[in-house]
Amino acid sequence: MEEKCLQGQFKELDPILDKYAKVPGSLITILQQAQEIYGYLSIDAINYISAITDIRVAKIYGVATFYTQFRLEPIGENLIMLCQGTACHVNGSESIEEAVCEYLGIQDGETTEDNFFTINNVACLGCCSLAPVMMIKTADGDETYGNLTKVSVVKILKEIKSRA
Amino acid sequence: MRIVVGEGSCGIASGAKKTQTEIERLLAASNLDVKTNVTGCVGTCFLEPIVDIYDDDNKLYRYVRVQPKMVEEIISEHIIGNKPVEKYLIAGEDASFITKQTKIVLRNCGIINPEDIEEYIAIGGYESTKKVLKDLSQDEVINEVKKSGLGGRGGAGFPTWFKWNAAKINKGPEKYIVCNADEGDPGAFMDRSVLEGDPHAVLEGMIIGGFAMGATEGIIYCRAEYPLAIKRLEIALKQAREKGYLGKNIFGSGIDFDIRIKAGAGAFVCGEETALIASLEGERGMPRLKPPFPAQKGYWQEPTNINNVETYANISWIFEHGGDEYAKYGVEGSRGTKVFALAGKIKHGGLVEVPMGCTLRDVIFDIAGGIKNDKEFKGVQMGGPSGGCIPAELIDTPITYKTITETGAIIGSGGMVVMDEDTCMVDMARFFLDFTRKESCGKCTYCRVGTKRMLEILERITQGEGKDGDIELLLELAEKIKAGSMCGLGQTAPNPVLTTIKYFRNEYEDHIYKKKCTARTCKALITYTINDNCTGCTLCTRSCPTDAITGTLKGQHTINQDLCIQCGRCEEVCNFNAIIRE
Repeated sequence: MEEKCLQGQFKELDPILDKYAKVPGSLITILQQAQEIYGYLSIDAINYISAITDIRVAKIYGVATFYTQFRLEPIGENLIMLCQGTACHVNGSESIEEAVCEYLGIQDGETTEDNFFTINNVACLGCCSLAPVMMIKTADGDETYGNLTKVSVVKILKEIKSRA
Repeated sequence: MRIVVGEGSCGIASGAKKTQTEIERLLAASNLDVKTNVTGCVGTCFLEPIVDIYDDDNKLYRYVRVQPKMVEEIISEHIIGNKPVEKYLIAGEDASFITKQTKIVLRNCGIINPEDIEEYIAIGGYESTKKVLKDLSQDEVINEVKKSGLGGRGGAGFPTWFKWNAAKINKGPEKYIVCNADEGDPGAFMDRSVLEGDPHAVLEGMIIGGFAMGATEGIIYCRAEYPLAIKRLEIALKQAREKGYLGKNIFGSGIDFDIRIKAGAGAFVCGEETALIASLEGERGMPRLKPPFPAQKGYWQEPTNINNVETYANISWIFEHGGDEYAKYGVEGSRGTKVFALAGKIKHGGLVEVPMGCTLRDVIFDIAGGIKNDKEFKGVQMGGPSGGCIPAELIDTPITYKTITETGAIIGSGGMVVMDEDTCMVDMARFFLDFTRKESCGKCTYCRVGTKRMLEILERITQGEGKDGDIELLLELAEKIKAGSMCGLGQTAPNPVLTTIKYFRNEYEDHIYKKKCTARTCKALITYTINDNCTGCTLCTRSCPTDAITGTLKGQHTINQDLCIQCGRCEEVCNFNAIIRE
């Protein structure tokens, strides 16, 4: 029944599910690709995946909440990933976060009212010698910014906003 | 003549793509027929963007920190005028950062184009694999690795040959060889660099290992945070398949073997073997008890071998030069080289590959130039959240698995986060506990609840609310968590606290009893005041978010301590060193 209700709503998922639904161990891959399409995993999307793959909703929810990559809430057009690695911490990532949050008026995990930016604290991005670092996912792809200061980080955000 | 631009993640983040665009624009504008190419990271992240110019005799001229505005001069002087621009070339300490290293794992990083298999083949790539598949038996391969003394580079240094042999002995219809590229330690980035700079070396290691144990399939479990590494691996796999190095009947040997990538989804615990396997199977990445070991029952209950990226990157070198030659590097019990990722308050941050057995001083001071801004060296965190903090007085400790473990830290995957006098050790311990608490999978009570209790105590201490007995309570909890956790995450989670208490107990005591943070980091324990350097420029008044600063134009300013939130903005904007933090 679930499948019927939701049919048509998630047709972008069908090619992925055709490929992976019956391949054991593919749940994470399916969820990653679903998130790639919709930006997050809605309860409806999870229900739909469950109906097609015969994997229980509770299990999908369990996997989706275990891994930090998965989001259950929608995000803005541009995702700001603030690195919380050791090198970034030692080099003042906390003050960068403060500057970003203050400038945008939102907290970690939240999205601006105009739906333009979402802030996410993430695990080490592996550009430690450029700490503090952030990665911004835009429609043009992922870009990493290093050696951030409270001033430069705001400048970068303004620049992205002005490009839009 | 050809031009090569370093485009690893750090190079790109430093603007390498803009530099490359400018080079290509100017070459086209001058109608110059010079080939441009990209390469991975050479490890000198502090010098990015790096542009290498090779002359017709293949002599290398390395330009560093090349901003687009410098490109015109380099092209007109060097490419057209044939006169290298000396002032932009790498020199002095920067150059010796590279020349003092011994490169085996990073031998091709920053030299070849990682997206072109032909360049890898041209420098002898895949020769080792051909030789192995043609001439050697499975046992001969394992024996050669045994001779090399190679230990697992993911952390523990467990003998690689032993794992391969165990996977070979155990029978199953399918066998799997897995590459752990889930580099989760914050502060470590050597695996990223190898995957981005020399992906074929990793594939070769997996093909040789796969052959040795009779594996039917290879899987690379790579973190999703490394999009460029995944992209370059995909290209490498495609090219290797086209060459017949992967797929059916590889190298005409009659053996079928292919490798695929599985992107991780962000969970530190998945660096643990059994958790990684659970994740590969699409489950929550929770570890299970060993035995059975993965070599007995691994992925889908079949014999499985898991090694780290750096381990595999050593393999083709070993078969090119021989296990004995590899064993010449390093010391008893720790053979070969190890790559370290230097970050934190270090002058020259980047990747350093050295023979095992050299000292911390060799790496931190001799190669990486010591501490940024000539501050005082306080300690180095090795092994990430599972490791510990080694204090300045132990700077002459040789880097071997045994000696580093004796300090209470571990070599781990090779992250070295250097700390100076401004780093508060209690805050560092709090940072790591915060990390492990979040990353605990929740299976073992001591790890799940114990790390939270430890974190609460550390938070209290850094907020100036430490109590007599807190240190003892931390020590007691640490022992219980170590004993009561099943996997490495919980067993090592208390290490940062234990080592900082062992070597920096005075800082804990200062926080608890004197309510003082000597490193002047913990906000609750510092105060800001203004001294008589103040010129009354009012810059601080305007930057203060709580209106805590008062004073007239050109008059002495003061800070109202009741309103001050210790945000530090006044200190940042002051041009006269008038703000005192203590």
